[in-house]
Amino acid sequence: MNVKQLIQNEIVLLDGGTGTLLQEAGLPVGERPERWNVTYPDVLQSIHKAYFDAGSHIVCTNTFGANPFAFGEKELEEIVRAALRNARIAAAESGAPQPKFVALDVGPSGKLLSPLGTLPFEDAVAAFAAVMRIGAEAGADLIVIETMNDSYETKAALLAAKEQTDLPVLVSNAYGGDGKLMTGADPAAMTALLEGMGADAIGMNCSLGPDQLAPIAAEYLRVASVPVLLKPNAGMPRREGDRTLFDVGPDEFAQKVAALVKQGVRIVGGCCGTTPAHIKALSEALRGARPVPLTDKNRTVVSSYTHTRVFSDLPLLIGERINPTGKKRFKEALRANDIDYILTEGLKQQEAGAHILDVNVGLPEIDEPKLLTDVVRALQSVTDLPLQIDSSDPAAMEKALRVYNGKALINSVNGKAESMKAVFPLMKKYGGVAVALTLDEGGIPPTAGERIAIARKIVETAASYGISRKDLVFDTLTMAVSAEKNAACVTLDALRGIRYEIGAHTLLGVSNVSFGLPARPLVNGAFFAAAMENGLSAAILNPFSVEMMKAWHTFRVLHGLDEGCADYIAFADGLSVSDTASAAPVKETETVDTLRRAIVKGLKDRAGLLAAERLETVEPLALVKEEIIPALDEVGKAYEAGKIYLPQLLMSAEAAQGAFLRVKEKMPAQSGGGKCVFVLATVKGDIHDIGKNIVRLLLENYGYDVIDLGRDVPPETFVDEVVRRKAPLAGLSALMTTTTPAMEETVKLLKQKAPWCRVIVGGAVVTREYADSIGADAYGADAMETVRYADGVYETL
Amino acid sequence: MLTVMNFAPPPFRAKEALRYAGHKTKDLPPAVRTLMEDCLAEAEGSLSFSVCYDRVAAVRQNGVLRIGDLETASKAVAAALRGCDEVLLFAATVGAGMDRLTRRYERLSPARALMLQGIGAERVESLCDLFCAAFGERLAAEGKALLPRVSPGYGDIPMEMQRDFFRALDLTRRLGVTLGDDLLMTPTKSVTALAGIVEEAK
Repeated sequence: MNVKQLIQNEIVLLDGGTGTLLQEAGLPVGERPERWNVTYPDVLQSIHKAYFDAGSHIVCTNTFGANPFAFGEKELEEIVRAALRNARIAAAESGAPQPKFVALDVGPSGKLLSPLGTLPFEDAVAAFAAVMRIGAEAGADLIVIETMNDSYETKAALLAAKEQTDLPVLVSNAYGGDGKLMTGADPAAMTALLEGMGADAIGMNCSLGPDQLAPIAAEYLRVASVPVLLKPNAGMPRREGDRTLFDVGPDEFAQKVAALVKQGVRIVGGCCGTTPAHIKALSEALRGARPVPLTDKNRTVVSSYTHTRVFSDLPLLIGERINPTGKKRFKEALRANDIDYILTEGLKQQEAGAHILDVNVGLPEIDEPKLLTDVVRALQSVTDLPLQIDSSDPAAMEKALRVYNGKALINSVNGKAESMKAVFPLMKKYGGVAVALTLDEGGIPPTAGERIAIARKIVETAASYGISRKDLVFDTLTMAVSAEKNAACVTLDALRGIRYEIGAHTLLGVSNVSFGLPARPLVNGAFFAAAMENGLSAAILNPFSVEMMKAWHTFRVLHGLDEGCADYIAFADGLSVSDTASAAPVKETETVDTLRRAIVKGLKDRAGLLAAERLETVEPLALVKEEIIPALDEVGKAYEAGKIYLPQLLMSAEAAQGAFLRVKEKMPAQSGGGKCVFVLATVKGDIHDIGKNIVRLLLENYGYDVIDLGRDVPPETFVDEVVRRKAPLAGLSALMTTTTPAMEETVKLLKQKAPWCRVIVGGAVVTREYADSIGADAYGADAMETVRYADGVYETL
Repeated sequence: MLTVMNFAPPPFRAKEALRYAGHKTKDLPPAVRTLMEDCLAEAEGSLSFSVCYDRVAAVRQNGVLRIGDLETASKAVAAALRGCDEVLLFAATVGAGMDRLTRRYERLSPARALMLQGIGAERVESLCDLFCAAFGERLAAEGKALLPRVSPGYGDIPMEMQRDFFRALDLTRRLGVTLGDDLLMTPTKSVTALAGIVEEAK
């Protein structure tokens, strides 16, 4: 029996803890246990052998913390090879009768990935790849990735395993008491991500005992189609003197874990505090037991780094607004690399009720692979909604799927051989659910029957890549009824056929149907309602469209999908307000009637409204000069005099920004605010950017064209940007003492490559003396001081 | 005995949150108050309140203080533990949800991000106070009392002591808190601290 067959067909026994046993053998506190593979091979061999003797099918090597961040290249190789040798020797020496295999054990890197931490995703992949490569060469039978508490790092490790080896991979995550990973994912989200990428078994280990892990295991069993793995601790740890003790003994442990095997868990072992005695008891408790058969849960599911969205009879709403088609302002934002504009569009759709966000940044003159990945990353740092990655460029699609933290919706594939050949391998590698358009080389067929036939062809071709029908969602293509009178009927007939004959989920972009007609929302709403009655599983739409939301809410109520009609009632309440009042919500406590007061008081929505009103009679530039700038000056002076404090300063700045936005809409397109370019960044290694963002906001208020490179910016990137833009001004921020050397390095490089540029530095740990000592031109104690300095330099230009 | 506890939200101290956000006067403009209340309401669902602690012996030897299995020559620690044979070591966190929420607004609304930071700092400090008060009550039953807490970075207490806390309290596994190479913690709204235990309440 090979290891794949074992995992697929049997109840599999893993090993138990190693750490406690090594400490008992004399491993001193603070010493890395992985070194003992080389220095005390006999100790490791006897521990591994004890587990094989106790009945383990699979023993994990003592390589939990073996990675390039902890060890040099040579030592890492030596350790991993020795670890595999030790486990192999133990397998050979054990006389136990069960089939015996050796797994390369891979734990967390010990570093936190970006955006929460600083480790770039690809660096994490490379680090894991180094370990996987050595392990595979040294003859591991399989790989166990375990104790991961971050979904993104888990993805990096699994991707490395898949790219470097052909070995089976078991993936196990460490959950907190709230049933989530430290970075927020629940078991269903991890299942979507890991099954999508082809993990052979998934599950949970460590952090909790069998009682506390039981509900998490139950959730895995509800959603997972692959074998589920469980390695609990021997209860919760307690400390007595210098010793850590666990309170669940072998018999109790065995009984509790065996009960979970009866419910369907198939791969079991122990984590912290478990010993060969625990595994032996478990082996005995499981004697003669047969595994619960695996079932395909047949879920069509996408996920973010926290949660899933499941396709069902209640259509999911996919926000379509992140797309340049037909949107002038959006195109401008893309060309100017204005990511914040895109993020705001995303958050607004989330507030309006979107479940998934479509992301399309395709414009002819743009580096789409780069921009799409940047936008996906940025969106995932502000919203936890799953994303629909929308691109016709396979290179852009691959890059975006690679960095996406979760299982994405892929828009799109179609019945053309070329399209399927490009998209299916990406789905197989990175996971994902694809939107499949029912068109092919012959175009869009005029009949429902032909569209259903294309759907069948796509299902068959996907199957040949090992992709299941459940990972395809069919779009039967909405056409304009004004051009072809039967267009809507054909689309709906095809929709019904695919949903109920093929049994696959469906999706439509709705609004095309009314093209060429007056009062389009009316037609769109009715068509959307009809589509839902005909088996629609998801719609790509504008979540700000009241007609669409009306149709969706009423469908839910009429189909008994809205408990107590509660959501409908809340929606209807909101309707009566927005029908009578103006569009912007006014939640502010004061009524002020001049723009200048609104800015000084920090009333963002009010400032926007008043600016719009004023712009009907006043020239944009006059408004800026006579009302916005004086307001800002008043606030700036009050701040400098200690009369108001940072929160108010920022609220006023944001209010001014709200007014500027209206001004910009009125003015002919131009980049920047009129003064000069100011390049801004937080230095390499530093991920704190609230201070920098404050500076940026004020600089923008005062008319600077701020190029914000973000945080953790390498010196070369910063200087290249200054040179490329010929920027006369630049600013650097650092919060931590550990990153001030990076500030010095950046200033030095800047002075060398861009001697014309004045650089001002600031941040919590930076002082005037320090700024002088590293050769900066100025020190900014706060954001206002930075603005004053910039104005001084600007006047001399 | 290493123990993890979860708490209900401690009472909110608006003045502290405002102070952490940089607002230093009693006078509270309505717009700032509204911002704070909005942020607090939004943060509610993202907050959790967990503490991991251990009660260990303190032994003095040749000018070095041994607390459980960690050693320190810090004067600030020595002062904080004067006359104590026992020490409470603990870490508190309000969870990663707060960081995610703050991150969402960092680019979009610095004012909101700043206020959320202030609220996060207040929440975790209030959690520490709540925990210490509860622990102090338990000590009172034994005829003992808890002295004020100190943390790495305070006085001459080196930030490197963070590593000792992480080892002694197994924080990454118990609380899901990680320690960066820069010795800062993620979730950022987390605190490590120690406090002396003395005989009978003063």
